[in-house]
Amino acid sequence: MFKQKNYLALGAVVFVAVVLLSLPTRATARLKLAVGSWFLPLFGLANAGQQLPADLADSVLPRRELLQQIDTLRRENQQLKSQAVQSAAMARENDQLRNLLGWQRQVPWRLKLANVVMRDPANWWRTIQIDLGSRDGIQTNQPVLTTDGLVGRVSSVSFVSSQIVLIGDPNCRVSAVVENATHDMGVLTAGGPLDTSLVQLSYLASSANLKPGQNVLTSGLGGVFPKGIPIGKIVDAQTIEYGLATEARVKLNANLGALEQVWVLFK
Amino acid sequence: MNLFKPALILSFAFLAVFGEATLPAPRHWLGAQIDLLPALMVYAALNADIVTVSLLAVLGGLWFDSLSANPLGVTILPLMVAGFPIYFRRDLILRGLPFAQLVLGAAASALVPALTVLLLLNGGKPPLIGWGSLWQWIVMTAGGALATPVIFSLFEWCSHMLGYKLRTEVSFRSDREIHRGRK
Repeated sequence: MFKQKNYLALGAVVFVAVVLLSLPTRATARLKLAVGSWFLPLFGLANAGQQLPADLADSVLPRRELLQQIDTLRRENQQLKSQAVQSAAMARENDQLRNLLGWQRQVPWRLKLANVVMRDPANWWRTIQIDLGSRDGIQTNQPVLTTDGLVGRVSSVSFVSSQIVLIGDPNCRVSAVVENATHDMGVLTAGGPLDTSLVQLSYLASSANLKPGQNVLTSGLGGVFPKGIPIGKIVDAQTIEYGLATEARVKLNANLGALEQVWVLFK
Repeated sequence: MNLFKPALILSFAFLAVFGEATLPAPRHWLGAQIDLLPALMVYAALNADIVTVSLLAVLGGLWFDSLSANPLGVTILPLMVAGFPIYFRRDLILRGLPFAQLVLGAAASALVPALTVLLLLNGGKPPLIGWGSLWQWIVMTAGGALATPVIFSLFEWCSHMLGYKLRTEVSFRSDREIHRGRK
């Protein structure tokens, strides 16, 4: 009887696992969001925990340093304002020229700031959770970036939070172009499991003329990421497949290991 | 039925998963996040009933997978595979010895991620693995091993502080006391 009860429990657990694993993707995604929502009450706690050190640091900063910071920020603000005026004039001119040539108008980016509230607990994925969800208008496949460069894309959305799959994860592939004379194009694929700052740029032509330090940007192909978002810089390159293709390592501009706030891009 | 222990184990599992998702320190310092669920499974398998062990496997796995990019349910089986043999042979294990707890914690912490990755590879969803994963596996094993005796001590303390006290029967009964000497 004792053994029978144990085997019944084991059978029940195996049955639950098999049923869950064989559910359709859509049903699994909904169930996952439902189970994940159990952690919602703790989201605020996580935010407070992240803000606490910053608040503490602010409270112990001397007044003199704060005034200095305000002065620096004021100057920076004035510079940025003048740059904004200049870029607005350039955008107008760009629109006029596009009209004259009959090209499609470029739509300006709309960005929404999000806080990173969680990271993937498993070591074999690179995902994060942000505190914006479908109530904030977030949809799957929206690009996510920081001021330094591209970070990833939205992979799943719940009502109040979203999961972002980061560059370097096997599920986030980005079509990229190298800023050089030949505009070599490739696809950013998975990086190594330890170093989050390096990813592979694969499927490059064997004739690709790559040099360390060249910028890598999104190519705009594939329809997910708009053209021209900075990604990183070439570290090194090598020919593979008996000289038929080239592969390069790219150092990402954004520090994926220390993300606290990210921007979600609305097209 | 006393639900204190199952409730304590499941609450700890919930908080452990939440902590793994929100505390980036181990990842920054060691390059890998330490999973506490296998260590907790060792404790549950040695000290709780089979229902608690099964619930920990199912709920712990579900909570972990819901915050991860893992397919939902993939962590349930590895947790059960780690916990069931220990539960089955727990009468032969010196559960009070910290060394035994350390060894069992190491074995469970090594087995669970390895089995999960194996299931992912078989399920056609290849995870991010490479030579660096070996280091992550070592860190997870060592971290889980060290965490197991700590979890045992923590739960013993919690049970002592918050749980019901065992009613001890003493042989002394005042009505059966033999009074010697004259009254």
